[in-house]
Amino acid sequence: MMGRSSKVIERDEVVVRFSGDSGDGMQLTGTLFSNTSAVFGNDISTFPDYPAEIRAPQGTIGGVSGFQVHFGHTEVYTPGDYADVLVAMNPAALRANSKWVKPGGTIVMDVDSFDDKHLQKAGYQTNDPITEDKLGDYHIVKAPITTLTKESLKDMGLDNKSILRSKNMYALGLVYWLFDRPLAHTSEFIKKKFAKNPLVVEANLKVLKEGYDYGVIIQAVTPSYHINPASIKKGKYRNLNGNIAVAWGLIAAAQKANLELFLGSYPITPATEILQELSARKDLGVKVFQAEDEIAGICTAIGASFAGDLAVTSTSGPGLALKGEAIGLAVIAELPLVIVNVQRGGPSTGLPTKTEQSDLMQALHGRNGESPCVVMAASSPINCFEYAFYAAKIAVEHMTPVILLTDGFLANGTQSWRIPDLADYPEIVAKRVPEEQKENWMPYVRDPESLVRSWAPVGTPGLMHRIGGLEKDEETGGVSYDAENHQKMVNYRRDKIKNIENCIPEQDILGDVDSQVLVIGWGGTFGHLFTAVEELQNEGKGVALAHFNYINPMPKNTHDVLKRYKKILVCELNMGQFANHLRMNFPDILYRQYNKVQGLPFTVLELKEQFKKLLED
Amino acid sequence: MSEQCELKFSDYKSDLSVRWCPGCGDHAILNSVQKAMANLKVKPHDVAVISGIGCSSRFPYYMNTYGFHTIHGRAAAVASGVKVANPDLHVWEITGDGDALAIGGNHFIHLIRRNIDINVILFNNQIYGLTKGQYSPTSKRGFISKTSPFGTVEDPFRPGELALGARGQFFARTVDKELKLSVEVMEEAAKHKGTSIVEVLQNCVIYNDRTHEAITDKKHKLDRTIILKHGEKMIFGTNGDKGLVMDGMDIKAVTIGQDGYTMDDILVHDAQTQHVSMHRKLANMDYPELPVALGVIRSAEGLSYDESVKKQVEDVQEKTSIHTFEELVNSGDVWEVK
Repeated sequence: MMGRSSKVIERDEVVVRFSGDSGDGMQLTGTLFSNTSAVFGNDISTFPDYPAEIRAPQGTIGGVSGFQVHFGHTEVYTPGDYADVLVAMNPAALRANSKWVKPGGTIVMDVDSFDDKHLQKAGYQTNDPITEDKLGDYHIVKAPITTLTKESLKDMGLDNKSILRSKNMYALGLVYWLFDRPLAHTSEFIKKKFAKNPLVVEANLKVLKEGYDYGVIIQAVTPSYHINPASIKKGKYRNLNGNIAVAWGLIAAAQKANLELFLGSYPITPATEILQELSARKDLGVKVFQAEDEIAGICTAIGASFAGDLAVTSTSGPGLALKGEAIGLAVIAELPLVIVNVQRGGPSTGLPTKTEQSDLMQALHGRNGESPCVVMAASSPINCFEYAFYAAKIAVEHMTPVILLTDGFLANGTQSWRIPDLADYPEIVAKRVPEEQKENWMPYVRDPESLVRSWAPVGTPGLMHRIGGLEKDEETGGVSYDAENHQKMVNYRRDKIKNIENCIPEQDILGDVDSQVLVIGWGGTFGHLFTAVEELQNEGKGVALAHFNYINPMPKNTHDVLKRYKKILVCELNMGQFANHLRMNFPDILYRQYNKVQGLPFTVLELKEQFKKLLED
Repeated sequence: MSEQCELKFSDYKSDLSVRWCPGCGDHAILNSVQKAMANLKVKPHDVAVISGIGCSSRFPYYMNTYGFHTIHGRAAAVASGVKVANPDLHVWEITGDGDALAIGGNHFIHLIRRNIDINVILFNNQIYGLTKGQYSPTSKRGFISKTSPFGTVEDPFRPGELALGARGQFFARTVDKELKLSVEVMEEAAKHKGTSIVEVLQNCVIYNDRTHEAITDKKHKLDRTIILKHGEKMIFGTNGDKGLVMDGMDIKAVTIGQDGYTMDDILVHDAQTQHVSMHRKLANMDYPELPVALGVIRSAEGLSYDESVKKQVEDVQEKTSIHTFEELVNSGDVWEVK
């Protein structure tokens, strides 16, 4: 590669946002760039941002599809608030994203698409979007990407549609130059992906290279960025998003429990990918039932659990609402079941492709009767693996439904994942009827300490029994309408869940443990909260952070943690559901709230402002 | 095998006392299912009886097998999960006309469409009994009940037509008090690979007494019903002199020896043909125009879901390069940091 004569910006971390029409291939472009950076040795975090419509009208703001990647020399925990570099394939992409570019950042635009018609479609009043969006201080790279792609491929015998489809590779080549990244990883990908169509391989490789060379030509006027590899732990790595992580965590759990894995599910954004991934895992013997609706999804899982499988159902908010009655059945039947709920904006259909944390109360209380179950939450795309594993472990070992909350941000976001060794994970031991007890076994006799009953799957000789949704006798499991018995059973079911606090880790505190201010979060907001806490600490302003993964039951030391701080701020992407959960459980403490419901994650910037205010108060 | 041969009808009875109303048709259906199981010699621990909600759905409690009394309308889905999780089990679903055809209608048609090997016993008494007397999706138009004091203004489902419309491969009909016929039909249903629907015309002695009486009472049943047997002529009547013939596109009941009809004109029942049109006509026959068909109306072979799933898993596992979790996580784009 040629030496560089342009200005090189040294950075610890950088955020790049690819943006274009939903048919422009921006998700693929972003993914390829992320993977190249990861292989290069950077820590990465990504987030795709796409419209709910499959093909919204071309050239409109509604049809803009974006992909943001944050990579760095140090660990990164979020996809970044604001972009250092924006690639805008058309005026709508610029209009939708220019406010998310850092002042003085670089904007690469395909000038060919900035004609009057497209400017108008994007809502620009003039033909000068740079002035209109006040981007005068930015580095603007006006690249005629469409023209150059057409020129490059005109003699290859490709149809016009295929030629235009290659322009994202031209843009990607140019971005690779900006960050001095090798083309090898992407070239290999192209060769594999289009192996059946050599002409397409040739075309894509050609424009990728020419996009890079275009950078070399224009370098005198464009700054480039230099980011060293991160110093991360040795091992094998891959990229992983939250949905795949959930699917794999469940597979790992089934293997550890020596159970077969069953998923009963119905497609719903943004949880569908869990269903898709497990459907593809017939190679590992996973049984997947694509049901006729959400209710059948969970009911087949309950049936599979009765028959002795590790049973799972996956869904998102509206689906969880439909599953409510059946979760109650699993609660009273005391069968193991994992319910994965990938939260999205609500109420009703709400914002299907956007993230939110507003299903917490539904997960905790959205059922008839006294119906407690375990609720837990993953807090990063890759720890969806861990929490799916532990959700399954708790479900099987405590004979209870467990609701695992993730969200759209975790589900679609990716991070580099160090491939674990399953030997490092604990065993999962299903509670079977001991041989010597088989003679006089009764299905609802409990372990005196954990209050867990044992699991006798259909097909086990000698243990035939009947269960159901009617209240049952505390030992035989036969139908019982007895007043005292009902009270006892309600107490048992409550105490059984409460006892699980003895099997989960204590709540830890991050950041400045001795600060007077405690920030509280739960679930998918961890990356933003932790980054904000870290950055403030670097500025000499310490706050503590308690980020919760276990919601019901909560860690045993929760009250002790809360008592230690003068000021507590609970930050959530809802109107205060976890704050209210804390108020209900620990009413002696004063909770302040910071809430946002815009379908977007927090920004580190806004969090820092909130924390500073509280420190100064 | 000797252990199997010792299985008796009473081996399938649980020790719980049966709590249906005295005179309820459910008692007889319970007996016929237990008799069928004993005849089939299935081991009680390999049997799962799954029910929804309603009077009929108390059924699992009275069986000395595995049983699950689930939630309203969802028995088909729970049963599907049991069978797909462990295809070696014998899975029976017990449901009623409200449970299967109203709140559970969606699951009912999709179970049949998928052809999962489950035996569905559909108790049809044309009324909601457990909630004390409201009309159901099989109540006749104009039926007067607590929620239709002026008569219903909707047409009922015919369970057979619905099952065949959902591409059902097995449909049979029997009457609660016809124990011998019921046992035969239950056995046929159990042997059939794929979803088997058995509609039982059942009497609710409290809220809809004698609803099927016009066709089931001793005096008239031979003239008003016909028991279909595969490969046999469609003959009925007290004197065995009535039969079914084709009249254009329709079925017609005739008396043999009258109007020029001879035994040669009488239709022969083919339950096993894939063609569904004749089965649909037979399932839809209704008194007084025609006799109501009992017995196995359709029993056609087809690929069952659970077999197909098993086969697909075997096929995939034969070809794949991923056999373990470790191979999965190390497949695709993986890099090493040294």
